[in-house]
This record gives sequence, C-alpha cells and structure tokens, in this order.
Amino acid sequence: MPNNVHIYDAVIVGAGGAGLRAALEASKGCKTAVVSKMYPTRSHTGAAQGGMCAALANVEEDSWEWHAFDTVKGGDFLSDQDAVDVMCQEAVESVLDLERMGLPFNRTPDGKIDQRRFGGHTRNHGEAAVKRACYAADRTGHMILQTLFQQCNKQGVEFYNEFFVLDLIIEGGVCGGIVAYEIATGEIHTFRAKAVLFATGGYGKMFKITSNAHTLTGDGPGLVYRKGLPLEDIEFFQFHPTGLYRLGILLSEAARGEGGILRNGDGERFMERYAPTIKDLAPRDMVSRAEFFEIKEGRGAGPNKDYVLLDLTAVDPEVVEAKLPDITEFARTYLGVDPLKEGVPTVPTAHYAMGGIPTNVNTEVLRSAHGEVVPGFYAAGECACVSVHGANRLGTNSLLDIIVFGRRGGLGMAEHAARTKLIDIPDDVAKPSEDWIASLTDGQSPEPIAAIRKDLQEEMWDKVSVLRTDEGLGQAINSVAHLRERYAKARVKDRSKVFNTELVEHIELGFIIDMAEALVISAKARTESRGGHYREDHQKRDDEHWLKHTFINKTPDGDTRLAYKPVTMGRYEPVERKY
Amino acid sequence: MEVTLKVLRFNPETDTESHFEEYKVEADPMDRLLDLLHEIKWYQDHSLAVRRSCGHGICGSDAVVVNGVNRLACKILVKDLPSEITVEPIRGMPVIRDLVVDMEPFFAGYRAVKPWLITDDREHEPDRERIQSPEERARFDDTTKCILCAACTSSCPIFWSDEEYVGPAAIVNAHRFIFDSRDSGADERLQILSSKNGAFKCRTAFNCTDACPRGIKVTMAIQEVKQAALYRSV
Repeated sequence: MPNNVHIYDAVIVGAGGAGLRAALEASKGCKTAVVSKMYPTRSHTGAAQGGMCAALANVEEDSWEWHAFDTVKGGDFLSDQDAVDVMCQEAVESVLDLERMGLPFNRTPDGKIDQRRFGGHTRNHGEAAVKRACYAADRTGHMILQTLFQQCNKQGVEFYNEFFVLDLIIEGGVCGGIVAYEIATGEIHTFRAKAVLFATGGYGKMFKITSNAHTLTGDGPGLVYRKGLPLEDIEFFQFHPTGLYRLGILLSEAARGEGGILRNGDGERFMERYAPTIKDLAPRDMVSRAEFFEIKEGRGAGPNKDYVLLDLTAVDPEVVEAKLPDITEFARTYLGVDPLKEGVPTVPTAHYAMGGIPTNVNTEVLRSAHGEVVPGFYAAGECACVSVHGANRLGTNSLLDIIVFGRRGGLGMAEHAARTKLIDIPDDVAKPSEDWIASLTDGQSPEPIAAIRKDLQEEMWDKVSVLRTDEGLGQAINSVAHLRERYAKARVKDRSKVFNTELVEHIELGFIIDMAEALVISAKARTESRGGHYREDHQKRDDEHWLKHTFINKTPDGDTRLAYKPVTMGRYEPVERKY
Repeated sequence: MEVTLKVLRFNPETDTESHFEEYKVEADPMDRLLDLLHEIKWYQDHSLAVRRSCGHGICGSDAVVVNGVNRLACKILVKDLPSEITVEPIRGMPVIRDLVVDMEPFFAGYRAVKPWLITDDREHEPDRERIQSPEERARFDDTTKCILCAACTSSCPIFWSDEEYVGPAAIVNAHRFIFDSRDSGADERLQILSSKNGAFKCRTAFNCTDACPRGIKVTMAIQEVKQAALYRSV
C-alpha cells in the first residue's frame, strides 16, 4: 500500500457540531475518522450564541407541531415539511441528550433547562412569541462544541486535525473516500472509506460584511459543485439583522428575545411598522430588509445614517450581564460602546446559507432533482440542504439542525458501512490533487489573491445581498466570471511545504468563487421574492411558478444547468407571511 | 497612523534559528492586531504563518505573545498598543512555523484530566434532563467559558520549564466538571491532579489569570482544585 493511504469505514469532513455529532454516532458502530482543516474546537459552531429550540415546554405550553409550523412559515414555505417534522420531533430528545452529555444549560428555578424567546418562534401558530430556545447564556454554540468535543475524546474518536480536503473520490457513481492536504507538512493523503460525510459549514466569506469566520469558504459544497453534482437553493442566504457596524460580528437575536429593541436614527421602534404583532422578533429576513429600507430612505442612525441601533438600555442590567455577557463584551471591545448606556450600531451581516448539498432526511446526498442518491455520500449541517430552513432559517434552528442531522448522518454511515465493502479505486486517485497543488506554485502571480477576494466580497455585498435586482445580478454574474479568470492566473508565492497558509487561502478562494457563481446564477433565475431572496423587481412571492427548489450543477463542458424539484408539502399550505 | 510590527519568524525548511522581521503597516486605532497581521500576510509578505478563524475571540486559534504578554490577536486593538508592536509565538510548545506552534502537548494535558461528564447512572439514565439548580449551575460557570486557546498554559513559568505539567487550562477544564453537581468523577480527577504533574505544581504566578481572554479566574480555579484535592470534598 502506498504511503499516506488510510482506510476507514466512515470519514467525516469537518469537526463542528454536525461533524462531531456524526462522529459520536458513527464511531459506536464502525471505524471512524474526522478530517478537519482546523482543530475541532476552532469550528464556527462555537460562535453560535442564542440557543437551540425544542418544544420541551419547561417554561410555557408548547408542542413540536407549533415549532414545525413556525419553521415552515419562517422558511416562507420552501421547507420540505417531512424534514421539518423530523427535526422538530427529534428536537426534544436532542436537547435532553446534550444535557445528559453534560452540556451546562441555564436552569429554571426548579432546576430544569431554561427557555427563552427567539425570533419567529410562536405559540399556537403565530399567536404570540413563545419561550422555546434552550440556552447557555449567549454562548450556547460554544457549549455544544465543547460538550461534543469532550464526548469525542471520551469515546476515543480519531482526528486528523489541520487536514484540508482537496477531492471527493467517486467511482462509478459511488463514493469511496477523500483526498486531503496535510497543512503541517504539505503531504497529500488518501482516505478510503465506505461512507463519507461532509460537514464543512457555510460560505459567508463571499460577502464583505459577515458574521462568518475567515475559514468559512464553502470547501465541501464547492467540491461537490466541481464534481458535477448539484447544489440546492444556493440563492437563499440569510443576512442577520444585528451585526456589529462595519465588522459584521454577530449580536445574538437573544438580545431582542430578552427585550432589546431596534431603533432608527429618529429613535423610532421601526419594526412596529413592519411586523405589528411580534415586532423586533420577526424572522431575520424581514428585519434585515426593514433595516435596509430604513437606511435607504434616510432614517439610518449615525453621522452617515448608515446603521440602526440595538437598544438594550431598557433591559435590566443584571439580565444583560448574566444572559448576554459575550455580546455585551463584543460591543465594548470592538466598538467601544457600552450597551447598558447607549444603543449599539448594527447592520445586517451575511450569516447563514440555507442552501447547500442536497440530501434526504437520512442525510444521503442527492445526485439529481429526482431524488436518487450517491451511495456512500452524506452531508449534514450548514453545508447541506435537507431542506428544513427553506428560504429563511429561524434563529436557533441551525444548532438544532446540526445535532439532529449530524446524528442521523452518523447512524446512516454506520449502517451503510455494515452492509457494504470498500469500493475499488484507481492507484493514482490522488494524482489530480498532487498535480493541482504543484500547479499552484508554478509561475508568478500577477496580483495577490487578497485583491481578488476583496473585489468579490464587495461585489457580492453591493449586488447580491439583502436587496437584489435583475440588473445587479446580471452584472454580478459577469463580475464573478471575470474574477474567476483573474483567479486562474494567480499563483501561490510561498513555496514552503510547512504550514503554507497562503496555499490554503488560495484553495479556499477557489471554492468561494464557485459558490458565488452558483449563488448569482440561481438568484438571477428566481424571479420572485421569498425569504432571504428579495428581488426589488419582483417583490411578491410567486407560488404558482416558484414553489420549488433550485438545483444547479456544472456540466462537463463548464456550463451551468438549472433544474427544479417540487417542495414536499404537508400540513401547511402557503399563506402570506404576516407577523 | 503607522505602526511597526516586529514579528518573530521561523521556517524549519530554511532557518536554523528564529529571527525578527519588521513591517510597517497603516492602521486604524480600532483595528485588531489580527487585521495588521492580515495586512502583512495579504499584501506584504505572503509567507507569514498564523492560525486564525473567527476573528472575534471565540475560537481560540490566534493566541500570540504581544509585547511580552499573551493575547488573542483578534481581541487586542491598536488603540491599546504602542506604535511598536512585537509579536511572538506562544511559549512552551514547539514552533511549527512563525506564529504557529504544535498544540499537541497542550491537548495531551487537557485529555489527561478526563474533561468529560462522568456519571454513575449510565445504566439507567433519566428520561428527562438531570435536575440542577441555578445555584449549582453557577458554581462552575466561570470555567465553562474556556476556549482552549492555550493563552494561560503557555504563559505559565512552570509549564515552560516542565512540559509534563498538565498546565492551567487542563485544571480549568477539570474544575468545570469537579464542581458540576451532575458529575461523579471528582475522585479520579483529583487523584490525577494530586500526582506530581498535577495542580500542586502551580506556584500562583497569576500569569494565567492575566492572560485569559475570556476573563476566567484561572488561578482561583486552580486553588479551588488544590483545596478539593487536599480535603477530597467538593
């Protein structure tokens, strides 16, 4: 056997919440490895703040069915309702399971898991906000990531840290492993496996202002796209209403759940006009649009009238310090603003990809809009699209998604591994990756990739963020194509084999460009407004023509092709979204 | 404003010893040190190696030594630094390249203290959540904040001279479970921490508390663990 070939039953790419939850499950049943481009605890699950919803009914009456309704309505009826039912039913056990693993949730006076309000989560189909989010101060994601990492250590899960995935091995339509780059040494490794799960996270770094980590570059879905496999609903990207001004650092919706209010430059609580019933706790797409409209119409705050204010001054300071300590510190550290005394300048920030690698409810990756799967290939978490979040994800449902579908992915892989054999793969399966890496350091670069990345991020922010038009999207398609040409000419200057992060960033930018291309083409085609996709030239939702999922894939000759898949309906018929 | 960064560089492929390189960067007072390191890496010297991810003090990737003290590069701002800034890799662990160190010794110390919930009811787990009062939950809140950045451990003079010492972060993570009312593994952890590489190596230098970007009272946590070990009572 050649060097650097590893054989496992299951290989998981990515060590955030979905990857680690899958690893806990898979490693009980089969030989499992987690391959991650970072140390697991660096994953961006750790930055999630507000909570994880489940109808525990610890504080108020609640039911999983109300949670499902809110998820579907919040998703502007694009969610597949069978998948939503699975997620909301399994939510309760998922939270309890995390508690039993040791997760330190905040507690009610009688010692149960405490719950609080969150955007779009209501009692009895929209009557009023409901306390459904289970939380640990404003560091719920941190606690989830730490708890899962603790359990993985306890269970002896094998990790390959700082290994960057370069290729997905598919032979005869069946998945047979991955190829990865060891960052510390520059060596290429082949991981053969009966089952592979992608849990690589999001791709918010295509936008100038984002809550996403530098490392969230769509590596998993980008690879899938290059393989000619489809991506689903990529046009639906969530812009979170409260990012720190200029920086995009997230301030949790929990700030509004605890009583925070958004005000425009006139001091007006403008959400009363946009969502009279639940006001500041309307779903994120609606609040972000409202902010853009306020700013556009000259009612922004600050010297340039280009932000709004998150006002926490009326909230009990003890509640702020105890339940929102981290975001309070972010405002103090990065803007020098004390939320106890004044409004915090905020803007919408690119936050979450609703779309991704299409899967069924068992996290098996779909080969086409007809629903056939790629045997042995799984995806879960933000990089995947089940689709539970539809056109707009509700707050807290991402942490729920990674736990529910991470677990399902792990179970699915273990079952698959038990009934299949390793497929045969060519001896030179790593050759394309080796040649690719070699080519990146062959020749001089006309410009630094940072310049290309910056131009991409600005173009995507200006033309493809909260408000979109046909004209802007058309320009963005041309820009992305042009940026792709610039990228093709760029080379890595650093020729070192040891911890070459310039090389890593170079590869990451390629994936980001792929994802931007898929996004702008999908978005231009969808001539309606739904959830996070808002077209100023088509302001209404159009169920007659567009109640369907977008599938985009690359053809062998480099063109892109769009196809559509019907939404799986259920109990809820589409109605106008009012809050 | 212009600031000068002196960065300690080392590439094992070309260098026998580490050396400082100097860069001049145009900076805004509200810039993070990480922004300046990016400016260097992206536009001046692509070969600079540094780990980073979230950029706002949550992921724990970018602990470095800044003008002699341990800080996260994404959590210290230019306005709080002089116009000449020295940046070095954290100490006590082998340097892989530039500001990147081998974290394995750190995680080995972490794993040694069994940082996971240990319960004696695995056979018949409760159907619902375990009950824990807000007061019981508050008892270990401070040490749940740890992001495993190693700023504390790599600031500890004992850890510098003795790599067998589990280090402050490992003790913090042991504390997080020892004082959790749901946990029943205190005895085994305290036994580990009473051994020669455990908590009693601490000489209360307080470097760790000063270094912690999460504001954890690290030295106090270590003292509480020592007391628990002495009296075997939690």
